[in-house]
Order: sequence, then structure tokens, then C-alpha cells
Amino acid sequence: MLEIKNLHVKLEEEDKAILKGVDLTVEAGKVHAIMGPNGSGKSTLAYVLSGRDGYEVTEGTISLEGEELLDMEPEERAAAGLFLAFQYPVEIPGVGNMTFLRTAVNAQRKARGEPEMSSGDFLKLIRAKAKDLKIEPDMLKRPVNVGFSGGEKKRNEILQMAMLEPRMCVLDETDSGLDVDAMKLVADGVNALRDANRGFLVITHYQRLLDHIKPDVVHIMSDGRIIKSGGPELALEVEQNGYADILAEVQA
Amino acid sequence: MSAPAVAKTRAARREAKLAATAARLENHPLPQGGGWLGRARVAALARLKGMGLPERRDEYWRFTNPARLADDAVTPAALFDASDEVDEFDGIDRLKLVFVDGVFDAQASDDLALEGIEIARLAEAGGRDIHWAQDLYGALEAEGQSPVERPLAARNSAYARDGVLIRVSAKPSKPVSLIYRRSSPEGAAVLHHVIRLEPGAELTLLENGPAAARYSIDIEACIADGAALHHVRAQGRDHERSGITHVFARLGEGSVFKSFTLSANGAVLRNEAVVWLNGKGGSAHIAGAAMGDGAFHHDDTVFVTHAAPDCESRQVFKKVLRNGAVGVFQGKILVDQIAQLTDGYQISQSLLLDETSQFLAKPELEIYADDVKCSHGSTSGEIDADQLFYLRARGLPLDDAQGLLVLAFLAEALEEIDSNELADDMRHRLEGWVNRHRR
Ligand SMILES: Nc1ncnc2c1ncn2[C@@H]1O[C@H](COP(=O)(O)OP(=O)(O)OP(=O)(O)O)[C@@H](O)[C@H]1O
Ligand SMILES: [Mg+2]
Repeated sequence: MLEIKNLHVKLEEEDKAILKGVDLTVEAGKVHAIMGPNGSGKSTLAYVLSGRDGYEVTEGTISLEGEELLDMEPEERAAAGLFLAFQYPVEIPGVGNMTFLRTAVNAQRKARGEPEMSSGDFLKLIRAKAKDLKIEPDMLKRPVNVGFSGGEKKRNEILQMAMLEPRMCVLDETDSGLDVDAMKLVADGVNALRDANRGFLVITHYQRLLDHIKPDVVHIMSDGRIIKSGGPELALEVEQNGYADILAEVQA
Repeated sequence: MSAPAVAKTRAARREAKLAATAARLENHPLPQGGGWLGRARVAALARLKGMGLPERRDEYWRFTNPARLADDAVTPAALFDASDEVDEFDGIDRLKLVFVDGVFDAQASDDLALEGIEIARLAEAGGRDIHWAQDLYGALEAEGQSPVERPLAARNSAYARDGVLIRVSAKPSKPVSLIYRRSSPEGAAVLHHVIRLEPGAELTLLENGPAAARYSIDIEACIADGAALHHVRAQGRDHERSGITHVFARLGEGSVFKSFTLSANGAVLRNEAVVWLNGKGGSAHIAGAAMGDGAFHHDDTVFVTHAAPDCESRQVFKKVLRNGAVGVFQGKILVDQIAQLTDGYQISQSLLLDETSQFLAKPELEIYADDVKCSHGSTSGEIDADQLFYLRARGLPLDDAQGLLVLAFLAEALEEIDSNELADDMRHRLEGWVNRHRR
């Protein structure tokens, strides 16, 4: 599904390498988790996947279902099925949440040559999905993320994911800032989308999310590289001992 | 240079300006028509001669060159085909008064009959005794000459050939719309409207279109206690047009004045609003959305005086500028000593879609009362890169994402329109413009 090969990324504006050779393959139907110390490059990887400005790929390739992602604009990547749940969802005053989502759904459909969703169908769908995530109808009418609490913003990201039904979902710390109940809702939202054709890349600092979203593979990222990969037990190890042991082990 | 020398130069300059103005006006006799209107014209002409026509070096014209608005020669403007857009408030049930090239067209207009309202044509008013208009015509304009001179307003009062006098004594069932059409790429139109709202009366006044290649349109509105005037106008899309408008509004106790202006395209446009809150508890909202792409110079100049306690005023101006377009905002809130508990707000913002466009703003507060709440802000910015990326990451093509953000930027000004129907009409036009003016 998603294949990242030897990815090297530096900042466009300065000579600072952030990703230093990332190799990662997420197969359809699988959930991969990435953990790693602050500043190790996890969000950078997520941004580079989705095509944000400001980074320069100096080496390597990324492909999504065989298509070269790096040649595409952000909106083309979205239409190709890539979704990023932002670590810091952006507030957009003046743009209604619902209008935004309808525009997004239909823009992706158009790009894929599919017919637009009627407003009736859209309304029905979004109401149901919002209800699942305990998102108040009022939040759908408000401007995108404006005045939303931290947890509401994260749930709103998952609502968008549920509406857009992407093939490859990248979640950047969607669990941070969530209370226990909200974490469960978000995990349920993710689990509802799990199927044989969809891949997940879940960036997190905490084992707790992975209790709800059982990962198939856990990767540890440090200083721009994936230094260790393993099964779900790797996350438990991090939870218990932190990164020191793993870092030492790799350096040895 | 010593101070007396400066003073002398200034006096000499003013003398030269007045002499030049007097000489120019020699060639421009006042329109025919006597009675009270003739007298008002003579008085306005005297005011104009006492001020002189505006020049670039005048402080109030620092950001906008008045030449194109003040010169004797009128710069032509090609006729614009705006038929791709319903833009004469056609979808709205209203009384329609049509002016073609600045002259009232009875044939194209509805009957001047609507319950609760009296309407007279300015061009026919001079000889008639229209007591409710004749002490207003030119009077608010004259009052508006201080503390800042507005010579082009005096010129309008002196030379206006047509317009309407409207007296509202109740709440008419529908808006009155002034529809300006032009048939010639050349020429100027000078229109002057007087509106009197009796206590408790309400009127929605709509204006649409550019009246000529160059237009000067003034409104004097006297809004009595408890009355409300809602004013929504769109000034057309013709690119080379130039125009100056003045709205003078005097508000009584507990009265309301809300004015919204949409300006798209145009070479040199200036809209001045002069508002006095003279009675306790009055409320004035002046708002505008302006969009320019290329040779566009748009100036909003607003002066709100709080002369009574407990009044509220808002100024909300938004401009979207690209390809060398220039936006100007000069806005002032003056709070007299008596005007305690004033709530004054002013925001002027521009969205610069490229580096060649510019926004010049001069926000001013002058406050003599001690218990007031006044805030003002002016910003000039580009499209937010994070917002743009967020929208694109959800699948919106760059142009759509940009368009959505431009409309979001303008939305705050639209909120100043009370009527949903009218706000939708304006939003529709904004969307049209944004969609037509993509990168
Ligand atoms: N635009 C930028 N300008 C300057 N430095 C940047 C920029 N983007 C990323 N960096 C730097 O790159 C490194 C990796 O940042 P990144 O946000 O990817 O880390 P992270 O693993 O997501 O951290 P966290 O766990 O704190 O979210 C950090 O040192 C960060 O300061
Ligand atoms: Mg991060």
C-alpha cells in the first residue's frame, strides 16, 4: 500500500537534515505504529507524505499503491487516498465545518471521476458519523476547528477521515489531548474503518491508544531513522522503560 | 524653514488653489431650476469655492489621487457586460427606480407609490414646496465639511442634476432600489438623494451599478428617533470607471443605520461615510467588501462622530487585492466629551494575493469622554499557508482552497448585513468575483 524507501528530507530554508533514510512499508489491511522521542521526525514524515511545503526530499521515494507520491500536489495525494490527521488541526475562521467537508468530499470525488454526493446523502452520512464520535451538530455548523477544544479538534479529524474514507490513513498523535472516553471514541472510529484494503500509520507516544487500536507492527523512530521494528510488545517495552534501552541497544 | 515661512507657503498655496478652482468653475454654470434647490446649489457652490477642489497634496487625499475624480475631463470607461450575474437585485421584491446615465428613467421604473413613503424626483423638486427635504438638501453635507473638508461633496450638492427625495413615515413593505445603468462609455453622472426617516420609520435602500464612466453620488440621510435605515449597495464591475460617493447620516435617539458596500473592479473609487450619532443609544454599522485585480484603486474614508452617550458604532472593511491593486482605508472614530459609554469598533483588513498589491490604512481614534470602549485594528496579510495546506490536504484544489479562504476573509463584512436575503445576494456576487479571478 504505502512504500517509503530510503527517504532523506531536509528543511527547504536551512541546511538541516531531519529524515535520514527512512524505510517503511505499510501493507493493506495493516496498522503500523510509530513511536519515538520528541523531535525525532515523526510529524515531518507525516507532512512529507501529505505534501506540505517547506521540506526538500534529497533522496528516496514514496509510493502509494504503486503511484509516486512525491510528484503529486497535496490535493492529488488526498484524491489518491492519503489522509493525514494533523497533530495540530488548523483553525479556519469564516469557513463552516460542514461546507468544508462537503467541498472536500466532492472535490475528491470529482478528482477520481466519481459523481458528487447529493446534499441529502451528505447530510445523512455526516450526521450519523458525527453521532458516532459524539460530535454535537452545532460543531458541524461552526467554522472549522475555531473555538474547538483540543479533544474536539482531534475528533473532528477522525470525522473527516470517516467521511473521506481514505485508503491510507496517517494519524499524527491523534490521541494526545484526549480524555479516556474520547480516546475510546477515536479508537472506535479508527477500528470501524479497518479493513483488508486500508492501511494505517499511527504516530503516538502512548501505549494506551494501542490498547484500543491493536497495531500489527510497531516502529521506533529516532533522529530521522527507524531504528527498530517489532510487534505490539515493542510499544509495551517503551511504555515501561522509555527509549534509553532501545537507543543503547541500537548504538551498541 | 521657519514656522512663519511654512504658514505663509500654506496660505499662498491655498490662495492659488482657490483661484484655480474659481477659474475652473467659471466654465460650469449651475443646473437650471430655481426655488429652494437653486438657493441650495448657490450655497453649495460658495462652499466649494471657499475650499477649492481637492489636490493630491491635501492631507485627506494623501493615499488617493483626486485628479480623476475632480478633473473637468472625464476619463471614459468601456461598457461592461455584467449579464453573467443577476446584479440588479432582480431576485428581491423591491420598488425599482432606474437612472440611465444619471437621469431618472420613469419608463423603466416602477410607480413612485409605496405605502408609508413619499418619493419625489430631484430634477422636478426645485419649484415645489417639499418642506421635508428642502431644509436637508446640502445641510448635512455642509455640516460634514468640518472638521475635514469634502469639496467633492459640495460640488455634488451644487451640480447634482437628479436624484430622489424620500420621506419615510412608516415601515414600507419592500426596499427601495436605485438602479444605475449606463449607456455610454463616456460622461459623468452627478446624483444626490435626500432621505428622511420620521420617528420609528424603517427603510431598506438598495443601490446598484455604476451610474456613468464617472459618478458622484451623495446621500444625505436624516434618521429620526427610533428609526432605522438599512443601506446595501453594489457599485458595478466596470473596470475603468471612477467614482466618488458620500453618505452623510445623522442619527437620532435609539436609531439605527447600517450600510454595506460591495465594490468590484474600477480604476479610482472612493466611498466616504460621515455619520453623527446625535441621540442616546444610536447604532451605526458601516461595512464594505472591495475586490480588485489589476488597475484598481479603492478608498474607504469613514468618519463617525459619537455626540451622544450610549451609542455603538462599527466599521468593518475588507479588501482583496491582486495584480497591483491598491486599497485605502481612512477611518476615524471621534468621541465627544458627552458621549459616555460609547462602544466603538473599527477593523480594516486587506488580503494581498500577491506582492504587487498594497493596502494603505490610517485608522484614527479621537476620544474626549472617559468611560468608553473603543478598539481599532488594521491588518494586511496574505493567505495563511497552514490553512491553505489543510484544505488541500483534504482534497481541495489550490484554486478552490484559495477561493474559499478569500470568501472566508470577506465573510466578516457580510455579517454586518441584517437581511439574510440581501447578505446572500452579496455573497453570491463575491463568490462570482472570486471564481472569475483565479490565478
Ligand atoms: N519547519 C521547521 N523549521 C525548523 N525546524 C523544524 C521544522 N520542521 C521540523 N523541524 C525540526 O525537525 C525535527 C523533527 O520535528 P518533528 O516535528 O518531525 O518531530 P516529532 O517526532 O513529530 O516530535 P513530537 O513528538 O514532539 O511531535 C525537530 O527538531 C524540529 O524542530
Ligand atoms: Mg510530532
